[in-house]
Amino acid sequence: MMRTLTFTEALREALHEEMDRDDTIFVIGEDVITHGGPYKVTEGIAERFPGRIFETPIAEAGIMGVGVGAAMAGMNPVVEIMYMDFVTCAMDEVVNQAAKMRYMTGGQASVPMVIRLPCGVGRLLAAQHSQIMESWFMHVPGLQVVVPSTPGDAKGLLKSAIRSPDPVLFFEYKRIYTSRGEVPDGEHTIPLGQAKICREGEDATIVAIGPMVQKSLEAAILLEDDGYDVEVVDARSLSPLDTDTICESVRRTGHAVVCGEDSSFAGAVSEIAAMIGENCFRELNGPVVRVGSPHVPMPFSSELVKHVVPEVPNITEAVGRVMM
Amino acid sequence: MDLSSELGKEMYRNMWRIRLFEEEANRQTSLGSVVGALHMYCGEEAVAVGVCSNLRDDDYVLGTHRSHGHCLAKGAESRRMMAELFGKVTGTCAGKGGSMHIADFSLNMLGANGIVGAGIAPATGAALASKLRGTDQVSVCFFGDGAAARGTFHEGIGLGALWKLPVIYVCENNQYQQWVPRMNVAVVDSVADMAGSYAIPGVSVDGQNLVEVYEVAGEAVERARKGGGPTLIEARTYRFYGHSLGDEEQYRTSEEVEEWRTNQDPIINFRSTMMEQGWLTEEEDAQIQNEIQDEIAEAVRFAEESPYPTPEQVTTDVLAPAQEVA
Ligand SMILES: Cc1ncc(C[n+]2csc(CCOP(=O)(O)OP(=O)(O)O)c2C)c(N)n1
Ligand SMILES: [Mg+2]
Repeated sequence: MMRTLTFTEALREALHEEMDRDDTIFVIGEDVITHGGPYKVTEGIAERFPGRIFETPIAEAGIMGVGVGAAMAGMNPVVEIMYMDFVTCAMDEVVNQAAKMRYMTGGQASVPMVIRLPCGVGRLLAAQHSQIMESWFMHVPGLQVVVPSTPGDAKGLLKSAIRSPDPVLFFEYKRIYTSRGEVPDGEHTIPLGQAKICREGEDATIVAIGPMVQKSLEAAILLEDDGYDVEVVDARSLSPLDTDTICESVRRTGHAVVCGEDSSFAGAVSEIAAMIGENCFRELNGPVVRVGSPHVPMPFSSELVKHVVPEVPNITEAVGRVMM
Repeated sequence: MDLSSELGKEMYRNMWRIRLFEEEANRQTSLGSVVGALHMYCGEEAVAVGVCSNLRDDDYVLGTHRSHGHCLAKGAESRRMMAELFGKVTGTCAGKGGSMHIADFSLNMLGANGIVGAGIAPATGAALASKLRGTDQVSVCFFGDGAAARGTFHEGIGLGALWKLPVIYVCENNQYQQWVPRMNVAVVDSVADMAGSYAIPGVSVDGQNLVEVYEVAGEAVERARKGGGPTLIEARTYRFYGHSLGDEEQYRTSEEVEEWRTNQDPIINFRSTMMEQGWLTEEEDAQIQNEIQDEIAEAVRFAEESPYPTPEQVTTDVLAPAQEVA
C-alpha cells in the first residue's frame, strides 16, 4: 500500500518510527520544540517522546559537539541545523571531530549521528541562507552525504541514515518540503549508497541531485519531442556514490549530463562528471556536461536569482549539447 | 541631562523614520513588492537611535538580521534602503543583499548580518584597525540576546577586552530568540552580567527609554574613544512584531505584546519627555511625522521606479574587477 505524504511529513514519520524503535535516538537543535524547527519537521516529538528532544540556544558548535560526544558515548543524535549555512559555525565538530574519530582511534570510536540540513533557495533569503555545500562534505572522508528528492526516499533514507554507525549529512532542499509523493506503508528503508533509475531511456543519461531530479524528469518529457529517449538517475547518495549504477547507465546510453542546484564549479556534479569520464570514456559519444549554478553567492533580487538557480531549460539545452 | 531640544528633535525624528520605514516595508511585503524575510525592529528604536546619536560619521557600526534601525540611525538613506528591499539596482547593496544584509560603507555601516553573532568579532576587528591606524574612531556592534550564547560572543569580546579596544557591544535583549523565549534556553538572564567574565563594564539599561540609552552609550563611547576599552551594554527591549513576517507568535500572548505596545513604546515615551521638557510642541510633532511620512512615500516611489539589476550583474562583485588588482 502507498500513501501520499509531503516531504516534511515523510521525514517526521521516519523520526517518530525510529525513535519508537530505538530509545538511544534523540533530537537536538534550535527551536525544535517551540516551533518544530523552521520547517516543522520535529513537530510532535516533544509530546510523544518527552525528554528526548533538546531545544538549544543559538550555539551551533555546541550543538554539534554535544552530538559528537553523545554519539561516541552510545547515543544516536539527530542534529538539526536550522539552515545549512550555519553548519559552517560548527565545522570543527563535523570535520575534525565527527568525521575522523573512527579512523584516528583505529576503529574504536563510532559516531552514529545524523545532521539534518535544510538547504538551497526557499524564500529569497540571499547569500547567507541559501547555500548547498554538498561537495564540501563529500570531500571529507568519514562523512556520508545523502540527498533525497522525494518524500518516499526522504523517509527511507532518513531511517537508514539514523541506523548508520557513522555520521550522515542529510540534505533537505527547502523548496521541496511541501512537495507530495508516495510513501510505502510499514517498514521502509533505503540503503545508503544506492542511486535510483527514475526513468529508463536509451539515448542519454541525466544524473540528478535533489530537486533537479524532478526537473530532469520534466526535461526528459520535453526532450521526447526532439526525439531523445532520456534516462534519469537520482544519485540520492553522494558519498558513498553509487558509481556502478551511474556507470552502467552511461555505458548503455553513451551520453551523460549531470545536474545539481549548487554551483557546479568543484561541486558534487563535478565529482560525478569526472568519475563518469574516467570510467566510461570508451563508451561516451560526447562530452560529459554539468548543469548547476554559476560560481556566485546567492543574490537577493529575484531578478538575479532566476539567472542563478538552474531550471528545466538548462537541462534540455545541456542534453542537446551532449547529443550533438 | 545634557540633551538639547535640537538633539532631542533629531532623535525623535530618527525614531519615527525607523518606525514608518518599517511599517511601510511591512505593507509593501503584503503587496508583494518586498520579498524575502523582513525582521521588524519596531519597538526597539530607542536602542539604535540612543547609541548612534553618540557616534561620529566615521565611527563603525555592525548589525544583525534585524538592522533596518541600525542602518537608518547611522544615517543610511531610506530610499536606497527601500530600493534594496525591492531588490532594485539602486539599493544600498545593488539588490544583492536584501533586508538581512544592508550595508552602507560610505557611512561606515559595515553591514547587517544573516548569521547570528557574526558581527561581534568583526566589530572588534574594526576597532583594532582604528587603533592600528591611530585614529580615535570607535566601533559598535549590535546583536540580539540570542547571540550571547554563541562562541563568537565570547571570543570577540574576549579579544576586545584583552587589547582594550575602542568597541561597544550592544546587546538588544528583546527576550526572544526567533520563536523561543530567552529563558527557555538561557540560565543567565542579564547579558550585562556576562561582562564580568571579560573584566569590562557591563550595564543594563531600559531600552524603551531613549534618554537612558543615550546617556549610557555616551559614557561608553567616551571611554572607548579615550582608550578605556570596551563596554557591554544590555538594552532590555521588546519587538512589537513577530520574529519575521508571517510569524504566528504562538510563543507569546497577545496581551503581553499589547502591554508593551501600549505602555512601553519608546517613541511615545520620548514624546512625553520632550513635551515635559518643553522641547516639542504639538505642531512640531505633527510636522516631524508628516515630513517623515513624505520621505517614506518618496522612498517607495524611488524604489518602484528604479530598475532591477541586469543579468550581467549576477557575476559581478564576486571578486574585485581584474584591473583593480595590483
Ligand atoms: C548562527 C545562526 N544560527 C541560527 C540562525 C537563525 N536565526 C536567525 S535570527 C535567530 C534568533 C536571533 O535571536 P536574537 O539574537 O535574540 O535576535 P532577535 O531576533 O531577537 O533580534 C535565529 C535563531 C542564524 N541566523 N545564525
Ligand atoms: Mg532576541
